[in-house]
Amino acid sequence: MDGPVTASVGWLVAAPLAGSVATFLLRGRRGASEAVLLLTALAAALATNGLVARIMGSGPYTVEIGSWGAPAGIEWAVDDLSAAFLAVALPVWIAATIVAHGLLHSPRSPRDARVFRKEPGPTARTFWPLWLLLWGGVNALFLSADLFNLYVALELAGLAGVALVATAGVLPALQAALRYFFANVAGSISFLTGVALVYHRYQTLDLQLLRSAAESDASTTVALALLGAGLLLKAALFPMHAWLPRAHAAAPAPVSAILSALVVKAPVYLVLRLWLDVFHVALPPSVLTFVGALGAIGIVWGSARALRVERLKSLIAYSTVAQVGLLFTAFPIVHAAGSRDARWGLVFLAVGHAVAKASMFLAAGGLARAHGHDRLDQMTGFGAREPLCTYAFGLGGMSLLGVPGTIGFSGKWLLATSGLEVWAVPWVVAVSASALLTAAYVWRVLAIAIRSAPEPAGTRPLARRIAWSAFALAVLTVALGLGSGPFVEPLP
Amino acid sequence: MSWADLLPPFILGSSLLPGLVIFFLPESRRTLRTALNLASACLKLVAVAVLMAVVATGGQPRWEWSLAPGFDLALQADALSLLFVTLSAGLWLVTTVYAIAYLEGAPQRSRFFGFFSLCVSATVGIALSADLLTFLVFYEILTITTYPLVVHRGTRRSLAAGGTYLVYTLSGGVLLFVGTAWLTALAGPVDFASGGATVDTLIHEHPGALRAIFALLVAGLAVKAAIVPVHGWLPVAMIAPAPVSALLHAVAVVKAGAFGILRVVYDVYGVQAATDLGVLTWLAGFATITILFGSLRALVQDDLKRRLAYSTVSQLSYITLGAALATPLALTGAVVHLVHQGLMKITLFFCAGNLSETLGVRRVSEMAGVGRRMPWTMRAFAVAALGMIGTPPIAGFVSKWYLGAGALSSGDGWALAVLVASGLLNAAYFLPILKTAWFEPARKAWPVSSGRLETSWMLLLPPLVTAALSLLVGVCAGVDASPLAWAGRIAREVFGP
Repeated sequence: MDGPVTASVGWLVAAPLAGSVATFLLRGRRGASEAVLLLTALAAALATNGLVARIMGSGPYTVEIGSWGAPAGIEWAVDDLSAAFLAVALPVWIAATIVAHGLLHSPRSPRDARVFRKEPGPTARTFWPLWLLLWGGVNALFLSADLFNLYVALELAGLAGVALVATAGVLPALQAALRYFFANVAGSISFLTGVALVYHRYQTLDLQLLRSAAESDASTTVALALLGAGLLLKAALFPMHAWLPRAHAAAPAPVSAILSALVVKAPVYLVLRLWLDVFHVALPPSVLTFVGALGAIGIVWGSARALRVERLKSLIAYSTVAQVGLLFTAFPIVHAAGSRDARWGLVFLAVGHAVAKASMFLAAGGLARAHGHDRLDQMTGFGAREPLCTYAFGLGGMSLLGVPGTIGFSGKWLLATSGLEVWAVPWVVAVSASALLTAAYVWRVLAIAIRSAPEPAGTRPLARRIAWSAFALAVLTVALGLGSGPFVEPLP
Repeated sequence: MSWADLLPPFILGSSLLPGLVIFFLPESRRTLRTALNLASACLKLVAVAVLMAVVATGGQPRWEWSLAPGFDLALQADALSLLFVTLSAGLWLVTTVYAIAYLEGAPQRSRFFGFFSLCVSATVGIALSADLLTFLVFYEILTITTYPLVVHRGTRRSLAAGGTYLVYTLSGGVLLFVGTAWLTALAGPVDFASGGATVDTLIHEHPGALRAIFALLVAGLAVKAAIVPVHGWLPVAMIAPAPVSALLHAVAVVKAGAFGILRVVYDVYGVQAATDLGVLTWLAGFATITILFGSLRALVQDDLKRRLAYSTVSQLSYITLGAALATPLALTGAVVHLVHQGLMKITLFFCAGNLSETLGVRRVSEMAGVGRRMPWTMRAFAVAALGMIGTPPIAGFVSKWYLGAGALSSGDGWALAVLVASGLLNAAYFLPILKTAWFEPARKAWPVSSGRLETSWMLLLPPLVTAALSLLVGVCAGVDASPLAWAGRIAREVFGP
């Protein structure tokens, strides 16, 4: 019998989905919607807290829903990997929700409140239901214990994401949303075919059962390739990244933050889970070399583009392409080392990117609101005008770079030491040297921020909660860098 | 854990926490900001004194903090770290006074002093690091926190200089990172206290890898220590405001590199292993080239701060050379030069800042007759410059004497020749400055001073204090508490009595 704490994990999915329905029925009534959001966040926080306490106390566990156990029913499974992602996702969601609220409800133009109503952009009525739908979908992804549930969660998160990109309401956003939609569908078809093949071969979709049944044979290899291809497309690994920069740049800033931080991270998490955990025995190592090489190219390509684009949000979006590449260059290290340290290195890198990238996008959203645009050449000297957003962007950038003290450094250090122990030199060099490319585009922005220049016309003050939320996430990269030791030590 | 174990983190936090508060102070809170700055600098100095007393009575404070599985942040105090931490804490106080006056009325002071405090915290962290990984952590943080200070003016030129600074230091950081990770993968965590015991066990198994790791580590450190050919950032970075240049050239950045080289040679590899691997010869070679190259370049600079910067390139490699010669006397000279060069060079940069701030003089050719207008500034300058040349009894003489004696004792006569040649070159680029300033008539009327003094007292006091100190540590070199005595103690710990 599950205790109340254990069962509460279901609230991570149920609360946002119920909230989604509630906000839809409320039709954008502000006070009531705020109450729903608050309740959702509270439920998610309590559930996450219970989950972390349980996993640290007694290790991995599963929860059956409606007493339908494996192989047919719905199950939630929690282990150290999903716990780490869920624990970090919570503050990202809360900060992004506060910023979304700030951007939706603070006047866009202090002078004429009527003008901003005509400005394109999301309205509370469409935004919150989709937002909470995405929240529930992403949480379900990290909790699902069988392949079919995973597919459903992927679809849910993908479609909510597409719709949220479209809420920006301008033509480029609609075009980007359409491309994102097609990429998503292609990825889903590939993934679903893979799921079907797995079912055909093993007669179950439960990950626990598959782990013990997995064998190395032709149909498993094909199934893994199809599952992987779908996930890599959704993760935007080079050269399947073309949909990402436009979608993430055109979406409203809090949506970009969630997409870059969590929605592309979920497929990476699933590749890690399926390839290196469940089907570990069936995976040819050459696949990882190939994926790692694509990742390395992605680092160079994404960084080079980030150095040239004209808009801040595009720059951050291309940075995501580069950072996803970095995560995949770490896969061969994790595989070759096969150690706990290497695996935590990759997890640190992934969750570090989630927090850092979210803070950077939220800061960019604040800066874009303050300036009325995000064209870098017309933002010179923004550091003096919006110091908090600038520190948030800078600190997030430092974590991407792997500056010591941030979670990014912890990840790179663990990967480099365990990689060198097994002599995986090219991958260690890629992981270490990527910092220089990252530095190049981060400092491109910081140099613009520091440059002294007169204030451009039309800048407006920013709601304080926007800048503070972005900054709080940036501080979290340092808190995780300095304080994750005691949380990780007791885990397997 | 006794209370003394908390001293190292307390010393770190005494500038870190006020620094974080300063970031959020509004520009207009000048008094509060100044009070915070000075109070934390004084507090740090007191804490360092207490730490020194604890260590002198045989205590070995150590503090650890787990960052992630299998990797800890560890701080501790030994003789070498105390020497460096005292130097940083002392010069930080002086520089803070100077910076407050220098930046009076400038924009973005909260940002400046915030990063200034972080920069000093990182330096103190470097000094107190107990192992190679902790050292790497603070070394990289120092790179990052110094950048906003270098580009503080926010002009196109200073941003370009900041870019150059980053390209060099971040690349160096990657080399150091890979080297540290490689050594850790081979040998496990590398504690400084082991004095090279970890490396000794591997020397027969992996001599090639150890040489490669040494090259990576020292190449990473050489960037900050401005060893040719990776010195290029230092003369460019003199675009920074004078207090930043002073701190950069005297304690913070360049010293972090030199200090790191001392740590790697003596506490990571150990003298024996480093000699056996044959890596010290290379190190000495690069140091020699740097000493001569820096001096030669300094000769032809007309910009005063650039001339001083090339002088730093040259003088700093005395430390590396002394470390590479690996004799007790040479190591004593190297360690004491860490302090002496800091005192003298910070004086010179303070004076250069006073000249440009008060009179707008930035070039040597504009300095004619400046000695009459700013006699006290130029007296301080003269003391420090003569010390750099090696005139007894100023600090620089003591360092050179020990370095030279160390060179002879190991039979490396060529190193003595290098030191003599460098001394002559020092004279050739410093004496003309003194001659121009004191003995040539002024070409135009100087701006009149508003008060009784030649410039603000807060600008004048710091160089006078540091100049007096450079004289004092030279004259009192024989005293038991002098930097020289301390350096001798460190050398005895390494080589045995």
